[in-house]
Amino acid sequence: MKTKTPSRLEKILSAGHMAVTSECGPPRGSDPEAIIKKAELIKDHVDAINITDNQTSVTRMCSLAACIRLKLMGLDPVLQMVTRDRNRIALQSDILGAASFDITNILCLSGDHQSFGDCAQGQNVHDLDSMQLVQTVRHMRDQGKFLGGDDIKRAPQMFVGAAANPFADPFEIRVPRLAKKIKAGAEFIQTQCIYNLDKFEEWMKLVRDRGLHEQVYILAGMTPMKSAGMAKYMKNRVPGMDVPDALVKRLADTPKEKQAEEGLKICIEDIQRLKDVEGVSGFHVMAIEWEEKVPEIVEKSGLYPRPQI
Amino acid sequence: MIVADKKPMEEIIEDIKNHDKVLILGCNECVTVCEAGGKKEVGILASALRMYFLNQGKEMKIDEETLERQCDHEYLEEIRNIIDQYDAVVSIACGVGVQFMAEKYHAMPVYPGVNTCFMGATEERGLWTERCQGCGQCILSRTGGICPVSRCAKRVMNGPCGGSSKGMCEINKELVCAWQLIVERLKALDRFDEYEELSPIKDWSTDRAGGPRKVVREDVQP
Amino acid sequence: MRLTYPTNIKIIRVPCTGKVDLLHILRAFEKGADGVYAVGCMEGDCHYTSGNFRARKRIEQAKNILDAVGVGGQRVEMFNMASSEGPMFAEVAVKMVDEIRALGPNPIKLQKKKAA
Repeated sequence: MKTKTPSRLEKILSAGHMAVTSECGPPRGSDPEAIIKKAELIKDHVDAINITDNQTSVTRMCSLAACIRLKLMGLDPVLQMVTRDRNRIALQSDILGAASFDITNILCLSGDHQSFGDCAQGQNVHDLDSMQLVQTVRHMRDQGKFLGGDDIKRAPQMFVGAAANPFADPFEIRVPRLAKKIKAGAEFIQTQCIYNLDKFEEWMKLVRDRGLHEQVYILAGMTPMKSAGMAKYMKNRVPGMDVPDALVKRLADTPKEKQAEEGLKICIEDIQRLKDVEGVSGFHVMAIEWEEKVPEIVEKSGLYPRPQI
Repeated sequence: MIVADKKPMEEIIEDIKNHDKVLILGCNECVTVCEAGGKKEVGILASALRMYFLNQGKEMKIDEETLERQCDHEYLEEIRNIIDQYDAVVSIACGVGVQFMAEKYHAMPVYPGVNTCFMGATEERGLWTERCQGCGQCILSRTGGICPVSRCAKRVMNGPCGGSSKGMCEINKELVCAWQLIVERLKALDRFDEYEELSPIKDWSTDRAGGPRKVVREDVQP
Repeated sequence: MRLTYPTNIKIIRVPCTGKVDLLHILRAFEKGADGVYAVGCMEGDCHYTSGNFRARKRIEQAKNILDAVGVGGQRVEMFNMASSEGPMFAEVAVKMVDEIRALGPNPIKLQKKKAA
């Protein structure tokens, strides 16, 4: 498949390799060391690194600045952009800012509601929603124009992604929703972290039935459980998360000091299983505050070394 | 209708404590229906305030009036003859009424007695919920009669977002997800295939963002 | 039954306590009443089904307002009894009068006297 952008992630996917991405959360301060350290831990084991955008509405260093930091280190960031905090002027503006540093990957999201974070009294913007942001980036790239109609000098060349959650409600629209995102212009998808593999495979089958897996690259989200407590928390307190009882039990039956190791084992087993699912083009490993385990996960899943393109 | 809620009495007391002759002015329409500013509420507020100030040793004249509406010139004119007896008005109409009073009686202090909340409906007595935010470009024909602007916390135009869980919104387990409702409605109307149509980027210039708005009808103007 | 009960109670007869409005209660205190109480049917036995429930809610609202304005919510109460319970009626009357005496006169009455 011919690539449309200079994105290394796109090149790897179009060459038919399994892609691996991971993510880093920027610090709650202005020290770049935090990002540099995290990136150094994982850089040889992933094809691109997502930088989250004020995730859970907790104010952090902006994704754009952290992405630039990674770019300056010679790495490939994925700029995560939520529509909660910026209107269409700021969104287009930040896209150009990113493009000026040749950042070539963007993930378009709505963003968690601000009531979850540290500024619950703030306004939210949502001038566009995540699908309209996908449309906007594609418009800027392919038509070389702003939303307002004027020409862009040196249009952004970005590989555009969106998120998908096979486990959110209602299930009957999870595939139509994916179809919509593809229609809007999404070129790659990173899913919410998967624990219910049966349900995920059911979703993938419906995706394949409609041929959608040939229109978009799907990266399966994987997050290793650190403990039985974490499993219970994710199951009960995090919306849109599907954690099977069997998984919680498996961790709960493990002695406490071995639970983290068991969680990693499960993650690696899951990746091995999903590698064989037709339509899965790669993995998005989210090991929040556990970035040091990413190399181990990638290696033990047989995804190392990363292709050199 | 416009739904409002009574202001805490302490706030109203703070506003009027330095006045001596106050008129509590109610409204017979929206605020009557949501039991915040009608004739009954005028009576209760006036009685409570009289008792409060008497207890403080302050003799205050606190009178009661309720107009049909406070958003039309004709009705506000009805108090023209008595307004000079007072040195302040507490209007328990919605924010529109308070402001129209202030415009009409330029030198008369007017204080709000309710917090105006939203445009909504009476789900049952004692429960009013938001339905409309006056975006100025109604898209209800596309969403099966359910508004994503006023009923979705993120006003997504192509929803639901990833946080919708068991038909409820991520911000509150008791808040129904608007897009869940829209999907169900489209199914009931046999229009589920329309779900995949992308909603165009919204023109917010007719919303609050575009500045204070007006509607002009030359065909009915004098 | 010709039972004795205090003479400083003014009885206002209503077909149902549901007819008692919050405003009636507030205005009574405004005019200087030291205490107000409503006596209605036993809960579940209201002659008009739920009038006594409405009365109880209004008494509660009155308590909140009277506390907020410094008159005191303990001056207003609701009692439930069957219409045949003469002795209880007398008992409640005595109880209420004793409680109100302990609270003292309505502060508004005193303020009005001062102003006059």
